[in-house]
Amino acid sequence: MHCKKIYFILGILILVLLYTDFTLAADGAVTQPIEQENMPWWVWALALFVVSFLLGIVAVLGGVGGGVLFVPIVSGFFFPFHLDFVRGAGLLVALAGALAAGPGLLKSGMANLRLAMPLALIASTSAIIGAIMGLALKPQIIQLCLGITILAIVFLMWKAKKSERPDVPVADPISTALSIHGIYYDAASKKEIDWKVHRTPIALGLFIIIGIMAGMFGLGAGWANVPVLNLVMGAPLKVSVATSKFMLSIVDTSAAWVYINQGAIMAVIAIPSILGIMMGSLIGVRLLTRVNAAVVRKVVLLMLLFAGGRALMKGIGM
Amino acid sequence: MSYNVGSNPYVTEEQRIYAQWLGVGWKTGFVIMVLFFLLYISGALPPYIPLDQVDKYWAMSAPEYLKSAQLHTGWSWIYLIDRGDFLNFGGIAFLAIITSICFLRLLPEFIRQKDKIFTTIVVLETIILSLAASGILVVGH
Repeated sequence: MHCKKIYFILGILILVLLYTDFTLAADGAVTQPIEQENMPWWVWALALFVVSFLLGIVAVLGGVGGGVLFVPIVSGFFFPFHLDFVRGAGLLVALAGALAAGPGLLKSGMANLRLAMPLALIASTSAIIGAIMGLALKPQIIQLCLGITILAIVFLMWKAKKSERPDVPVADPISTALSIHGIYYDAASKKEIDWKVHRTPIALGLFIIIGIMAGMFGLGAGWANVPVLNLVMGAPLKVSVATSKFMLSIVDTSAAWVYINQGAIMAVIAIPSILGIMMGSLIGVRLLTRVNAAVVRKVVLLMLLFAGGRALMKGIGM
Repeated sequence: MSYNVGSNPYVTEEQRIYAQWLGVGWKTGFVIMVLFFLLYISGALPPYIPLDQVDKYWAMSAPEYLKSAQLHTGWSWIYLIDRGDFLNFGGIAFLAIITSICFLRLLPEFIRQKDKIFTTIVVLETIILSLAASGILVVGH
């Protein structure tokens, strides 16, 4: 019964997103139909809160960060906000979620500080470059790149394999020097899991690209962090997911500052988004055990597919 | 690397400290953010841009918005902190500064452990975040 209600809500959300359409102006802003121009500010703020709240639920159930859903959906449909403000809010949404989750993940030992810090240093530096590039480029180019990126994320999420506990025969010299290893207690198997990592130089290189994309699109970067930590470095899946979430609190901080300093933040857009996603995430966590995660994940992929396609069409001027 | 046997035995002491400071920082930031936003939308603190006019600006690009609203880049918002809308930047800036505070708190830990590599990483990360926060990185369309 609960599942049916949840799927019904998700269905309504998708229908709203699919059928509410506005025309994109040439400069990337949205042309508001005449009847929308007189809508008071609080209707938009409330609508943003509600959509962010629903996205917060869906993000948790679908196992993705809030930013990756927020930016393409809020910039692609319904809302009249310029992409600059949506990306700024998206970064703050991802940042707020990571800050809130960080303490619990670190205390449980699932996130690992020593694994996160060197990678976050590289990613946060490149996120600044990405944010500068993102604010310097024309919105249409950003939309095009955003569309390609979102579609690539869909492909990655659909196809990428995950390894619960990858085999790492020998730790590489860099990870050994950085003391990147750990032990955690796995409640499911009731065993202590001892882990180490390899291919650290390759991962450091990949985090340059991840940081640039996180800063440029305001997406957060959990979708890219996890495969690199898990499949490239060989960290256990649970450690990868937790460390990725914690890393966003560092990486998105640097990019968020660039957006704040460039005037790409409006309180009336950013704060309802942050509060909506946070409250939705809390509900999502409670629903996590009651819903079919595989079905929700497919819904998330469909939403991203549609949002990515729409961003791509905007980018090519359609 | 030292482990704290008192709590979770799998968590290092520096990680426990970071988590503790992050937890306090996040909760404080969240409360500040909610309070400031309520002050803003309730009209208790008059905004720089009246709420019924914000829709004239939010469809503009950031540079166009700054120009139209006669605002400036960087920390210039601090001069408007007594206005409801820019008071919210205080809460947002607090959220964005928490990570730097946590990193600075780790510095004495890594120095005490004589861990040169992580001491250097903490210093570099703090410099990077300070550079981003400084507002000297100026861009435009």
